[in-house]
Amino acid sequence: MATHAATHDHHDEKPQGFLDRWLFTTNHKDIGTLYLVFSFTMVCIGAAMSGVIRAELMKPGLQLVQPYFFNEMTTMHALVMIFGAIMPAFVGLANWMVPLMIGAPDMALPRMNNWSFWILPFAFVLLLSTLFMPGGAPAGGWTMYPPLVLQGGNGIAFMIFAIHLMGISSIMGAINIIATILNMRAPGMDLLKMPVFVWSWLITAFLLIAVLPVLAGAVTMLLTDKYFGTSFFNAAGGGDPVMYQHIFWFFGHPEVYIMILPAFGIISEIVPTFARKPLFGYKAMVYALACIAFLSFIVWAHHMFTVGMPLGGELFFMYATMLIAVPTGVKVFNWLTTMWRGSLTFETPMLWAIAFVILFTIGGFSGVMTAVVPADFQYQDTYFVVAHFHYVLVTGALFSIIGAIYYWWPKWTGRMYNDKWGKIHFWWSVVFANVLFFPQHFLGLAGMPRRIPDYNVAFADFNFISSIGAFGMFFTPFMFFFILWHSKRHGAKADARAWDGARGLEWTVPSPAPYHTFSTPPLVDDSLLAHGDVSH
Amino acid sequence: MSADPQGRMRRGNARVIRIALVVGAVMFLFGFACVPIYRIVCTHVLGIKLEEGPASAGKVDAYKVDATREVTVEFVGNVNSALPWQFAPEAVRMTVHPGAMTLAWYDARNVSARAITGHAVPSVAPQTASLYFNKVECFCFTDQTLQAGESRRMPVRFVVDPRLPANVKTLTLSYTFYENQLAERRAAQAAAPAAPAG
Repeated sequence: MATHAATHDHHDEKPQGFLDRWLFTTNHKDIGTLYLVFSFTMVCIGAAMSGVIRAELMKPGLQLVQPYFFNEMTTMHALVMIFGAIMPAFVGLANWMVPLMIGAPDMALPRMNNWSFWILPFAFVLLLSTLFMPGGAPAGGWTMYPPLVLQGGNGIAFMIFAIHLMGISSIMGAINIIATILNMRAPGMDLLKMPVFVWSWLITAFLLIAVLPVLAGAVTMLLTDKYFGTSFFNAAGGGDPVMYQHIFWFFGHPEVYIMILPAFGIISEIVPTFARKPLFGYKAMVYALACIAFLSFIVWAHHMFTVGMPLGGELFFMYATMLIAVPTGVKVFNWLTTMWRGSLTFETPMLWAIAFVILFTIGGFSGVMTAVVPADFQYQDTYFVVAHFHYVLVTGALFSIIGAIYYWWPKWTGRMYNDKWGKIHFWWSVVFANVLFFPQHFLGLAGMPRRIPDYNVAFADFNFISSIGAFGMFFTPFMFFFILWHSKRHGAKADARAWDGARGLEWTVPSPAPYHTFSTPPLVDDSLLAHGDVSH
Repeated sequence: MSADPQGRMRRGNARVIRIALVVGAVMFLFGFACVPIYRIVCTHVLGIKLEEGPASAGKVDAYKVDATREVTVEFVGNVNSALPWQFAPEAVRMTVHPGAMTLAWYDARNVSARAITGHAVPSVAPQTASLYFNKVECFCFTDQTLQAGESRRMPVRFVVDPRLPANVKTLTLSYTFYENQLAERRAAQAAAPAAPAG
């Protein structure tokens, strides 16, 4: 395969041999591909875990697994999906697209780029190996609250080291992205002409550098509490377990924006293309991103309203949280006004983008509901919260990633895919994702707690429906894989500008994008940058 | 200015790396700095009592008994799952007048076959009332060591501040006993030097 391609485009200078091409690669496109393949593998593992969870919850009572194993599944599902699937997928998209979008020949620090990817498989081998250890995998929830998490086996030491590695990988990736965006833009590509996807990643990278070290510190304290006799969070030794929750969520809340800001960027690329109009309110979109990123640092305690806090604290965190709805609303309305009176067509990427706008907004609404202190006392730790964060992470972040892959696939491979199959994949996913997650709102309002393997028979019907949705969703990675595999083999050749309304530098290079692009900086033509604010 | 774009870029990259690593290191330390910051904010800004010693005699003596008002005080005793003790209040509920000194008793028994040092962590609910609950004497002020099978009757002497907000009718005082392995280790170390000598 590699030799085939090499004889075909010998000017591509792809390294020969599997190891040279993939293990030692410093090419941003190869590393982007590696990240995306890794992320796809992790999605499948995480989905298998959620399959165990939903199969057990299909009926009340214990049928399939023991409670401890069930808790291992909920914990590992979250860690795998957050750190293994969503975050690497966005980093992979950044690797592929940021240099192409700003006219750079590669990432600024290619050797570090290779390193930041290849740390990840080791981190996840460490994490997943805990499933086979005596004492089992961590089962205290992905939030790792002490004292519960410290009562598990030695698996938590492996989890903590895995998190350290993931943190190092993400920070190196973030440094690379910032350096690329600040130093490698083609002449004429001003900051306020950059595509919104690039902006979203610039801001996300700052968030990563600011908060991942805090998580590293928190889990280090857990480690020393368990093995070295410290009492940071140990009440018997004068520590305070509530303090862990404050430190964790100081990381955790910016983390949820790390997982959604790049999605905002992707949607801001796809919607204008298929509406054939420039993005409405480009500058407002950029400022809204920065505003959300800033606010994410001062709202952490809304995850712990019921833990105990002075009234003034509850009020501050409630109002600050509700304030985030303002910049988020700016973004949603700007996508709507971009579509307004546009020449809309509904190719597969556009369908995913529109579904994102609608379904992410549902997740945003339930977020505002949980921000309200008196109401949150009812929602805390129920399935309502589960429904909320799956709407923003599955139908939000994951749908945007799938949309992005469908959108840029022709650029990556030079092949179109079967649009009809893409639409079947889309409608199948939308229907079953809603069957899966919507009833969980009702379960939560009725009082079903999260992270439990058994429940009151009163919750049986909605759980049954939800599990049917989960089994439907289980087919989607296979559909996606088949569509892409078929396209790679038999797809029609794609044009350089694969989509009619596509603008931006990435569409000025041939499809598939040659191994080395923009070795000489391109001339930036403002009229072809229609996604940016080009009026200035 | 554009004479050496490569060099300019390399210097720019080095600068980004330097700044990012400094920010990362500072934020890592910030995670640990949260420990003292948390204490300072809780005790000095938010007025939460994190550590309680006995309430001062002068403060408590100034209280006048409010015989017109009755407050129910409930007692709860828990042990951490890693501690093989039995622990419970003698009376689950008492009715007291604010300002009156009251004595309550808890019973603890070590059901294991070894000596264990435990430490009780108190908590008062509702949280807004905790500032008005004064413990003059409490087994939670010190470590408690129980030999194998030993039981102990432990007192807590308290006064409810008469300024307790009128809407609070019930206070709950709860204790959780934890094993204090640190104290056990220290005791073992203090005993150890004598052993080889003898």
